[in-house]
Amino acid sequence: MSEPLTGVILAHADVAQAFVSAVQVIAGDSHGLVAVSNDGCDRAALTARINAAIAGRPAVVFTDMPGGSCAFSAAAFARGKDDVRVVTGVNLAMLLDFAFHRDQPAADAAARAAETGRGAVTVVGSPAGARG
Amino acid sequence: MSVDLFRIDDRLIHGQVVVGWGQPLGVAFIVLVDDDVRASEWEQELYRMGVPPQVSVIFASVDEAAAQLAAWQSDERVGIVLTGDVDTMARLAQTVNGAVRAVNVGGVHYREGRKERLRYVYLSDDEAGALRGIAAGGVDVSAQDVPTGTRVPLDEFTA
Repeated sequence: MSEPLTGVILAHADVAQAFVSAVQVIAGDSHGLVAVSNDGCDRAALTARINAAIAGRPAVVFTDMPGGSCAFSAAAFARGKDDVRVVTGVNLAMLLDFAFHRDQPAADAAARAAETGRGAVTVVGSPAGARG
Repeated sequence: MSVDLFRIDDRLIHGQVVVGWGQPLGVAFIVLVDDDVRASEWEQELYRMGVPPQVSVIFASVDEAAAQLAAWQSDERVGIVLTGDVDTMARLAQTVNGAVRAVNVGGVHYREGRKERLRYVYLSDDEAGALRGIAAGGVDVSAQDVPTGTRVPLDEFTA
């Protein structure tokens, strides 16, 4: 693949920028991640922000919720584009994994990120009496 | 309980609607009145993605909504009727003449030709006039983005 994937984090308020900052702290660089907030946007304005962030490059768009304005706009933008995929329910684990696997096709990177993200959601703690 | 909220929101079905209003009201159905979305199956599928399975989503044109409104208002469950712009709500209110008693302006964002009225409400002069037209029909029009926010009467944000 000639060009590494861009990762666009699309979320409410300041969530996206916070994720980019966290990746920078942990991984030393933003690794192609771009933050986009939906603040002040209707659907058309949000689509314009996504378009500007992707700028014609192959990309995975990460949204905070599985529905709503961010997911809708991202899915509508990606419709019919082979080199853009959307992953909902963004978390830091999936972004850190994506950061180091940006040389894959968008569909493969998106599937990998979603699997990593799902795996990071766990209930931590021993069953009652397990340490007894 | 019937329809508890008639809302204008240009993000249509999104977090503030589903969670912000939907949870405290105990909403069981959401009616999206939008002629374009009514004609687009893939858009309908996308909007259903963000709604919990126990909440029904109904897509209707203005004419369909006008025809079904009485049934929704007599439904035992709680519902929200949503439009994406002022004009659609004005057409609905006019068509059902008196059946819409209150309108919530929940989110109309910046576009060229609109002026800021509230942090989450930007209106052109024509849109402000259309809201006043709705109110002139005896409808209580106010702005409020989320239930915990302040309810702002129409006169205060279109003065």
